[in-house]
Amino acid sequence: MECVGLCDVVLNLGVRNQELARFLASLIGVLLVSGVPLLTVIILILAERKIAARIQDRIGPNRVGPYGLLQTVADLLKLLGKEDITPTAADRILYNAAPIISFGSVVLLWAVIPFMYWNTPEGAANAVVGVNLEIGALFFVAIASLGTLAIMTAGWASNNKYALLGAFRVVALLVSYEIPLVFALVVPVMFAGSMSLVDIVEAQSHMWFVFMAPLAAILFFISSQAETGRAPFDLIEAESELIAGFNIEYSGMKFGMFFAAEFLHVFTNGILMAVLFFGGYLGFFYKAIPPLGFLWLGLKGSLIYFVFLWLRNTVPRLRIDQVMNFNWFFLVPVSIINIMVTSLILKVMQEMGYAPTVFAESSLIGILPLTIVMLLKDAIIIGFILGRLGQEGRKARIEATHAEESLAAAAAGD
Amino acid sequence: MSVLNEWAFVGVFLLLAPIFPILPMGAAWLFRPSKPNVIKNQTYECGVETIGDTWVQFRVQYYIYGLVFLVFDVEMVLLFPWAVAYNQLDLFAFGAGFLFIFLLADALIYAWKKDVLVWK
Repeated sequence: MECVGLCDVVLNLGVRNQELARFLASLIGVLLVSGVPLLTVIILILAERKIAARIQDRIGPNRVGPYGLLQTVADLLKLLGKEDITPTAADRILYNAAPIISFGSVVLLWAVIPFMYWNTPEGAANAVVGVNLEIGALFFVAIASLGTLAIMTAGWASNNKYALLGAFRVVALLVSYEIPLVFALVVPVMFAGSMSLVDIVEAQSHMWFVFMAPLAAILFFISSQAETGRAPFDLIEAESELIAGFNIEYSGMKFGMFFAAEFLHVFTNGILMAVLFFGGYLGFFYKAIPPLGFLWLGLKGSLIYFVFLWLRNTVPRLRIDQVMNFNWFFLVPVSIINIMVTSLILKVMQEMGYAPTVFAESSLIGILPLTIVMLLKDAIIIGFILGRLGQEGRKARIEATHAEESLAAAAAGD
Repeated sequence: MSVLNEWAFVGVFLLLAPIFPILPMGAAWLFRPSKPNVIKNQTYECGVETIGDTWVQFRVQYYIYGLVFLVFDVEMVLLFPWAVAYNQLDLFAFGAGFLFIFLLADALIYAWKKDVLVWK
């Protein structure tokens, strides 16, 4: 096997053995790729607190350093000095493994995210990416469910009733919301004809998938909010009922790891959504100045992250039965219908010659008819859903007023 | 910047990823005070001792959700190759995949009518 990319650089630096060079290149690559999430998480914690504070009409941390910029560093130092309490009843090995799995799995997700465009020789990925796996999308789903496993492990190993209740809910909630998530993921894969995230970005070079499949993007957005266990789906750690849910027994740095993993997971989901639906590193001058592509990706990811936060801080928590019903009776059917209609329309248009078969080699004009039809289709489906919801809502309101009136009549009769 | 032996990279990453959380946890182990005592190490409960065994059986409802999820998950794994090859499929192969999704929807309707999806 030949040696390209980083491996080539390492060879030129004087390492003779090709196998060794490849290993060293992997090592450096891993450190570079994981450096991105590890640095962002420091900013994320502050950003999250600041944004949450602004939404709730507070100022947020502003004492440590200018504008509170050093708050995270102070928090980190505080966490370092915190006593770590392991309950005697806990399963020690699993108890300690859970935060490691939780944080490690989120960092691992970054292995397949393409950061920027790079013109490489034939056969290699046209992007700066940890590894251009052919099954990148599946890799993402697989690693993301490791996070679920970590939360379950934490809840079970803590040997605490609150934690166990949290773990129970994780089993039901996160497992259920994985179905619409993966179904929404099928749509970009279908358009791009590949599961590699680099190919998915390339396929969007003329039209972002969010314009062709807004419904899939919305489904992906909602279910990733649920996958990270945040409001309105935060009943796995519901502060007021379960105290903190699965991480109730954790303290000090182990708790900090869960905390950081959650923030990072939300941001990673934002970045992934940017890659899948918003064109990843595509943007103005992404070919001429590759680092600009990195900026575009960060910008898009941050915007989506902001919407995640916005939702989290404005919507109240749902009950578990409402959450489950919302998933099984709404998200899953809608995502199945979405896939069926999308694939049918795309195939019909491809057979009639109105839609390209290879999106990356098409042009804006070539892809426009498909985009318009897809937009119309999604508008019809969304309109239908909103109409039905409005009907149900009116019905419920009328029933409520009837009940109130009869109550009032009964009271007057007395 | 592609490293050719793709899965070797994933392997190295898999080995290195746990180190990132272990490092701060190890640092904390160096700095933190450690004064455990019996009462402090008890399981947290609202001021009283935990009654009974905590590691109880899951409710059967969770298993049903798990089973339905398994059905969908396995079928979804089969759906991905269809989606990857989608742009090259002829009408027959497309129809086969479409029928497959239809069967999937059928499974959902069955579970729906059987009332197993309702949270009780």
